[in-house]
Amino acid sequence: MAITQLSAFLENTPGTLCSAVEVITEAGVNIRALSVAETKSFGILRIIVSDIEKTKEALGQYTIIKETPVVVVKMNDQAGSLKMILDVLKKADVNIEYVYAFTAAIHGSAYVVFRVDDVEGAEKILGQNGIKTLSDDDMADFL
Amino acid sequence: MKKYYQPEIETASREDIIKIQNEKIVKQVQHVYDCVPYYRNLMDQKGVRPEDIRSIEDIKKLPFLTKDDLRDSYPHGLLGTDLKNCVRIHSTSGTTGKRVVAFYTQKDVDMWEECCARAIVAAGGTDEDICQVCYGYGLFTGGFGLHGGSHKVGCLTLPMSSGNTDRQIQFMMDMGATILCCTPSYAAYIGESLAERGYKPEDNKLKAGIFGAEPWTEEMRRSIEKSLGIKAYDIYGLTEISGPGVAYECQAQKGMHINEDHFYVEVINPETGEVLPEGEKGELVFTSLDKEGFPLLRYRTKDICILSRDKCPCGRTHVRMTKPLGRSDDMMVIRGVNVFPSQIETVLLNAGYTPNYQIVVDRVNNTDTFDVFIEFPKEMFSDKISEMQKREQDLKTAMKSMLGISPKIHLMAPKTIQRSEGKAVRVVDKRKLHE
Ligand SMILES: [Zn+2]
Repeated sequence: MAITQLSAFLENTPGTLCSAVEVITEAGVNIRALSVAETKSFGILRIIVSDIEKTKEALGQYTIIKETPVVVVKMNDQAGSLKMILDVLKKADVNIEYVYAFTAAIHGSAYVVFRVDDVEGAEKILGQNGIKTLSDDDMADFL
Repeated sequence: MKKYYQPEIETASREDIIKIQNEKIVKQVQHVYDCVPYYRNLMDQKGVRPEDIRSIEDIKKLPFLTKDDLRDSYPHGLLGTDLKNCVRIHSTSGTTGKRVVAFYTQKDVDMWEECCARAIVAAGGTDEDICQVCYGYGLFTGGFGLHGGSHKVGCLTLPMSSGNTDRQIQFMMDMGATILCCTPSYAAYIGESLAERGYKPEDNKLKAGIFGAEPWTEEMRRSIEKSLGIKAYDIYGLTEISGPGVAYECQAQKGMHINEDHFYVEVINPETGEVLPEGEKGELVFTSLDKEGFPLLRYRTKDICILSRDKCPCGRTHVRMTKPLGRSDDMMVIRGVNVFPSQIETVLLNAGYTPNYQIVVDRVNNTDTFDVFIEFPKEMFSDKISEMQKREQDLKTAMKSMLGISPKIHLMAPKTIQRSEGKAVRVVDKRKLHE
């Protein structure tokens, strides 16, 4: 299961994020989700893309790229659904390193990305609680 | 357990050591003047006659030898005896790519091996030990030096040479090696490899390691000691003077005792050549007091060190030197502190970074700015900000402890640091533009 997230090392110089996005776009790849974490001296770009190999090839010429499996959950369109998911993970002692969300216009839904150490375990717990997690194949349906 | 290899000389009084040095220097200078035309010329140019050297104090009158002299006199110009009296050569490309070839008579080899034997005994070695030598055997002095020392002590010697870690580990475990001789980075690698194979530090029989031939830090020493379950000792030497064993650490692990009965040491101001008093930081200069094949007088090593004559708890009386703190030819003064690129390189290598870095020094509002650009290694990259921050903080701490001042660190993507002719440009000192 799990979704493959790419993370890239960003130097803390003006325009690095912009050029990274440009490189990906020029390679004909769609960025489905994006989050940036930064400190005073560097940044980490985390993305979910339509074509992992192409992205690695294009962006990999400029910086360090790493693949990480992440858990992606489709959110129900009702109040408290994020809290419900978080409660499930907390109960199972799943440590969440970071989290970010994205929407898919065509599906009209919101999705949440969880970076956890034990992806399999987290997905199992979520599954047992009736929460569906997405795979790379599911992502292929997104435009 | 034997504490010293040659107790009478290793613990000799200061007066006795000076007496030995006085006798040896007079003979050696006369010999070099008679047999080495290259050095005779240097002495003549300086107006120094052999008879001007009547005691070790007079050594100040002699001209220095530098790496340039070694290059200009290559290959036989500094030979101190007929080639037929020599039994071996060793060679090093040196850090600057200039080849040094040194000649040894049998007496030179014996003396050198005795120095290495002193180092092994100082590390706790006896004839009951099994000594695994994984320095390279060949033109490089590391392998043969420790090998010869190990024989002299009477250790069972495992002449492994470098590389082939699987075989190193197999012999280490099957033969029960107790002393390991190699570079500190290889010792660290062996430690990791043992752990990967599921061995705990207490599973090996090693008790001590003698590590040299490259710079390393105290942090690295502690980590090697932990991963192998040993005590790690530093050893210093250079092919020009003999090889490893010019100086070595004792159980106190507080600097390396220089074998003063064979090598006279001075510390000089690298700019003026003035001899500095004990305790001051400067360039190490060595004189071989009794070498026959390659008798260098006042050879400038370019290594920056501090000497100490403080009493050592081990009982040895020979002067101690710090690890080389840098190279004299690349010293920078930043905010009043001496900084050497090699120190930054040492920190990076010890912390698992590549040695691709660039130092940028500038002056803004009469204050020096000090920036270090570092290529972040692929293997260390993490998508977790906490891990990345920890790596950055560890690097900052190590830099501060090595340099005494904190540079501003910039982490860069691999292969982004400017290179000229394939080599990274290490230092950009923009202060000169303002002068
Ligand atoms: Zn000592």
